[in-house]
Parts: sequence; structure tokens; C-alpha cells
Amino acid sequence: MTALQKKPVNPIAHLSADDIELIGKELDEIRQGVIDGRGEADARYIRKVIDVHRKLELGSRAVLLASGFPPAWIVGTIGLSVAKILENMEIGHNILHGQWDWMRDPKIHSTTWEWDMASPAAQWKHSHNELHHTYTNVIGKDNDLGYGIMRVDEDQPWHPFHLGQPVWSFINACFFEYGIAAYDLELGAVIAKKQTKDPEFRARAKAVLRKIGKQVAKDYVAHPLLSGPNFVSTLAANFTANIVRNLWSNSVILCGHFPEGVETFEKKSIDGETRGEWYLRQMLGSANISGSKAMHILTGNLSHQIEHHLFPDLPSNRYAEIAPRIRDLFDRYGLNYHSAPLPKQVASAWHKIIRLSLPNGWLERTTPRNLPSQLVTLYKMTTGGPKVRRRLQRLLAA
Amino acid sequence: MTSTVPRPSPARPALTALRDRALRLAELVTTPLLPADYLDLIHPLRAGADLRGRIEAVHRETRDAATLVIRPGADWRPHLPGQWVRIGVEVDGVRQWRAYSLTSDLPRTDSCISITVKAIPGGRVSNHLVHRTQPGTLVHLDQATGEFVLPTPAPAKVLFVTAGSGITPVMGILRNRTDLSDVVLVHSAPAADDVVFGAELRALAAAGRLRLVEQHTDTAGLLDAAAIADLVPDLAERATWACGPVGLLEALEEHWAAAGLADRLHTERFRPTVLVPGEGGTVTFARSGTTLEADGSTPILDAAEEAGVLMPSGCRMGICFGCVLPLREGAVRDLRNGELTTAAPGDGVLVQTCISAAAGACDIDY
Repeated sequence: MTALQKKPVNPIAHLSADDIELIGKELDEIRQGVIDGRGEADARYIRKVIDVHRKLELGSRAVLLASGFPPAWIVGTIGLSVAKILENMEIGHNILHGQWDWMRDPKIHSTTWEWDMASPAAQWKHSHNELHHTYTNVIGKDNDLGYGIMRVDEDQPWHPFHLGQPVWSFINACFFEYGIAAYDLELGAVIAKKQTKDPEFRARAKAVLRKIGKQVAKDYVAHPLLSGPNFVSTLAANFTANIVRNLWSNSVILCGHFPEGVETFEKKSIDGETRGEWYLRQMLGSANISGSKAMHILTGNLSHQIEHHLFPDLPSNRYAEIAPRIRDLFDRYGLNYHSAPLPKQVASAWHKIIRLSLPNGWLERTTPRNLPSQLVTLYKMTTGGPKVRRRLQRLLAA
Repeated sequence: MTSTVPRPSPARPALTALRDRALRLAELVTTPLLPADYLDLIHPLRAGADLRGRIEAVHRETRDAATLVIRPGADWRPHLPGQWVRIGVEVDGVRQWRAYSLTSDLPRTDSCISITVKAIPGGRVSNHLVHRTQPGTLVHLDQATGEFVLPTPAPAKVLFVTAGSGITPVMGILRNRTDLSDVVLVHSAPAADDVVFGAELRALAAAGRLRLVEQHTDTAGLLDAAAIADLVPDLAERATWACGPVGLLEALEEHWAAAGLADRLHTERFRPTVLVPGEGGTVTFARSGTTLEADGSTPILDAAEEAGVLMPSGCRMGICFGCVLPLREGAVRDLRNGELTTAAPGDGVLVQTCISAAAGACDIDY
């Protein structure tokens, strides 16, 4: 992807400053409409989801006490995986966004909630709510773009190191919660700047380790011990449920901002950004997943990523209801409402990860016929120095 | 004189230690939730839970008043007649806390408590409680509290002056303090049908338990503090408890003070001071000891930072909730939509300081 400002055809060139402010005004009205209608039914909804999660988790863990019996293992693992997905997505993520703070229930509140996740809620709220949601898809500001470990933009020079990108992206997906914890800690930057002795960092790192300790003790010690002779099979079930949840949440999040066609923005483009321009950036920088109601709930309604990014603090159960109006707004202003089924969005995101792991233009220009010569070029770029890379890159792009 | 610290019985610390250890083990299994989160699914009224109550019955008293019979959680502590309780109830999905006098008939209520609520015109919570509450609903409770309580032994002669729902704490007293021998009750209500507990009060009067003076304001006009002396000639000999609108109580206090009887009058204000939100106001940060003047268009966050308060902050546009602080008392206006949020003492309503401006004096817990 290339930052929107550098594209040969700018997808928002047809919008005047007035158009953008009108879009902003209309979105403010939609937002207000939902706020005015928030009430008992919404409160009932989130309490119901929380209730279902707790019963499902409790039931699944109870079944797993007999995890040595294969059908129990299968049922329990599926149940626990779904419970963990619900807890992270529709419940945790959305409560921590403050979507339910209006209920004034101290037990369902962004300032008190803690979730089944390696990263402590407080640290995640900072990196996610403040940084990612404020600077969505701004290269160099929004670290969600590639989590600081990936090449996400054609303008970032390619390095042989990037060849491994698909592999570590997959490993990151499997252990996503730990990746998120490291990312919330800004571990990479702290190590690069040699600030690991900084007391503030140490305190945060300690909080993460304490949280991970509790999580590990629960899934890999306490519940296996409760299973007695089924210790190992329960441990395996819990491990599997965590991996399933990690792969699922990683896929959903990839779909939100990473499919082909989702725009990114240059750092200087957000200087003095108006409310309307901020809205527009959210509109173009997010992608939806189409599907059934169950799918929406299991993605924490991040399948309505566009609506979520426009109104991150509105209750998630309302996104589906406003989606047609948002889509209509896109249509009227000639903008691309990016929505596709889950497999398509996941494939698109992974296609981009693979494409960017290779030098610009390499994947696009490779056909079965020219494969040998393309591989030679790639080999030379991988083993040669920066000069060789630059020369061959020019040839590839030509 | 030497004083000894009361020593807990030896069995208790061992038991507590054991329970603490069991609880820690249970937490290991339930983290990041607490064992209580699961126990609440099964038994929300158990000992050790947050104090709640279940509404067992709703009895209509008048066309705009109803008594709610509530079974409180196991940790509810016995109350004294005349005290009030704060009750947290979800209205349109939002938890709202209000204080109501307890009207329980203690020996006859099967360990339930009751409150009697009069619907105030436009009152969100009171109308919800009177007209739309279903038995089975869980509510949140605080322990009972309040000073509107008769001493023991009871004074020989007692006068109650009440108006409207001001009868509720007095009803709690009349039902339970059978040791009162000489009672006069002067009660003011629009008409006979509007008297909450009208039938019960008249029955008590007929049984000789009290002398009841009803003032029906639709026909007889408002209760005049000075006229009470005519209705109750031995007023000076009586210890007086009064509950009703602020205007009536102020008039009574003035009158009793003028008669040199100020220490014989006890009053209960059951409605908070009416808050008139304005534009801007004084914002107090109690814990950091800062007070500042903020105008009605500046976010409290900005105003506080200008004044040097180290505020928590985040996106500064109302989406991340990184700046949320409890408003202990006062009113703020959401700069995005003009919506007002008000808080009475004890509410601790959490507000986003980055998009909220002061709309009157604000006391923020920070």
C-alpha cells in the first residue's frame, strides 16, 4: 500500500473542504442518534453476553475436568475457545473502549475491567485507545500498522530481513496476546533505545509479568491440577483454546486495517486535521467483514470496523444498525466502503503481508515462465549489498 | 485507667486466615475475574457479596406513591426506625442512586425492608420505582444511615410535622416505636386521598395511638408554621421531628428558634439541594488541593492542566476514556452535545474531563 497522499489517483481528490465538514456533521448526527437511544435494551444485551460468557467458560472448564475422555476434550476445548473469544472481543475490547461506561455500573466499566489477556487492561488502553484510534493508519504514528515488526508500505525500503515476514507474522498470530503485551510495552523501541533500566518501563514490565504469571498459573497449572489424572490433556486443551483465540483475534484485527485497498496516511497529513478530516481518515483506513450475526458477535463487532473506528465509544451492538446509513454516506460521497467476507479479507491481508515481504513489484511481475529469472534477481537482492538492491529494485519497478 | 484493646476470639483469626487462603486459591482459578463474579450468578444476596436487595413486592399506596418490599443481602445491618437507605437502580440502563426513608414494619416483615416512594413530576428514578418496577428486580443498596431517630427512652411527648412524602421516616418510627405514649402528627398533603399511609394513620388515630391533624392544602392552603401552635397548644412541651420540603423546614426552624425551642426541633431534608447548572463554575480537586474557575466552554481537563493539575489524559477528543475522573458533586456539560451530567454527594459519577465543561460548581475526586 502507498500512503494516500502519494497515490497517483487520490481517492478523496473529488471532495471539497465543505464536503468533508458535511460528512463530519452527518456522522455527528448519527452518533447523537445512537446516544439518545441508548437504554435498557443495550444494558440487557451486554449483561446477557457477559452472562453467557461466564456460564460457557464455567461449563467448558467443568467438562474439561474429564478431558482424558476424548469427546469431553473436544467439547470442552471448543467451548473454552468460544468463551475466550467472546471475552476478548465482544466483552473486553468493547468495555475497555468505554462503550458501556454510560451505564455507570462500576463492574462493567473501562476503568475497572480486566481481561483474559497477557496485556494488562491499563497498558492496552493506552496503546490501543489513544495511539491506534487517534492516529489510525498514519505511517510512523499508528504502530498497529505492522506492530513495528512488519513492512507495511511500499515506501519502506525492502531489506532481506523482510523475507521472514510471513513466518513471524504467523508466529505472532499464534501467540498474539504476548505480541500485544510486548507491543503495548513498546518493548522493541525500549530495547532499541537502551531504556530497559528506566524505572517507569520497569514498573510497566513488572505489571505485564505479573499478569502473565496469573494467566499462565490459571490455564497451565491450576485448572490442570483440578483435573487430577487429566492434568496433561487439560493443559493441552487450555493451550489449544488460547491458540484458537489468538489466531481468531489476529485474523479479525488483520481484516480491520490490512486488506488490500485500505488507505494509509502520511504523518504530516494530519497536522491541523479537522473533525471531518479525522472522520474521513477513519472511513478510508478501515475495512469491514460481512457475515452472519454470530460472526459479528464473535468478532466483537469489529466486523463493523468502519463504524467502530468512526464511533469507538458507541455500544458495539449498535454498529450493525447504523451500518446501512454509513454505507449510504460513503456512496453519496463516492467513497469506497470496504467490506468482504472473512476468508476474502484474511486472504487479502495475508497476500499483502507476503507481497511486502518481497521487493516492490516482485510478486506482481512473477509468472511461472519468468520464475527462474525472478528467483535469481531475488537471490541477488538478498545476498547483495544496498547498492545491488537499489539497482535491481529500479529494474523490478521499471 | 488502663484500656485494653478488645481481643478477637482465637478461633476467628484462624478461620479468617483459612478463608483468605481459600479465596486466594479460588482467585487463581477465576482470574482475571473474581470468584465473586461467578458466585453472583448463583447467589447475589449472599454474605460477602456487594450489598444488593431483591424487590419482593410493590404495594400501591396512592396514585403516585408505592411501597417497595425489598429482601436485602445477608450483610444488611439492622437499621433504626427513621433512617434512610441509598438505593441504586437501573433506569433506562443507567444506574442511578437515590436515598429513601425506610418504612419497614420491623417485627412483621419477614426480614425484608421497605421503602415508600412518591413519584415526583419529572423525576426519572421516583417514577420508575413507583410505576415501572417489577418484583424480582435486583437493586443495589448501601447500609442504612441517618440521624432522624428518636432516642431511647422515648421523650414523654412527641410532635411530628410532615408534608407529602415527608411522612415516610415518621411512618417507620410510628410502626416500630411502640414505646411512644403521647404523639401528635400534623401532616400536610393536597387532599385526603393523597395522604400516603392515610388509612393506616387514621386507624392508629382511631386506636388512640396518636392524635392526627391532617392539613389538606387543596382546600385549606399550605401549612403555616405559626399556625401549628394553634393546632398543638402544648407544642413547647413536645420534642419535635419534622420532615418535608425545604421551605416548610426553614419556616419551622425559624419559628422554633424565635420561640426559644430550637434544640427541641429535629429536621430531615429528604431532597438534595436543587442544582441549577450554569455556564462554567468553580472546580475543586479535593485530593490535589486545587480550586479553579473554569468557563462553560473549556474542557475541565484543559482548565485543570492550565492550573497545574497533573491530570490523566488521553485522546482529548472524547473517545479513549483515558481522562475519566469521578465527579463527586456538581454538574458538567458534554461539550459535544450540551448534555448535562449531575452528581449528588456519594454518586461519584465518572466523567470524561476532556469533553466536559463545568456547568456549576464541581467537586472532582482527584
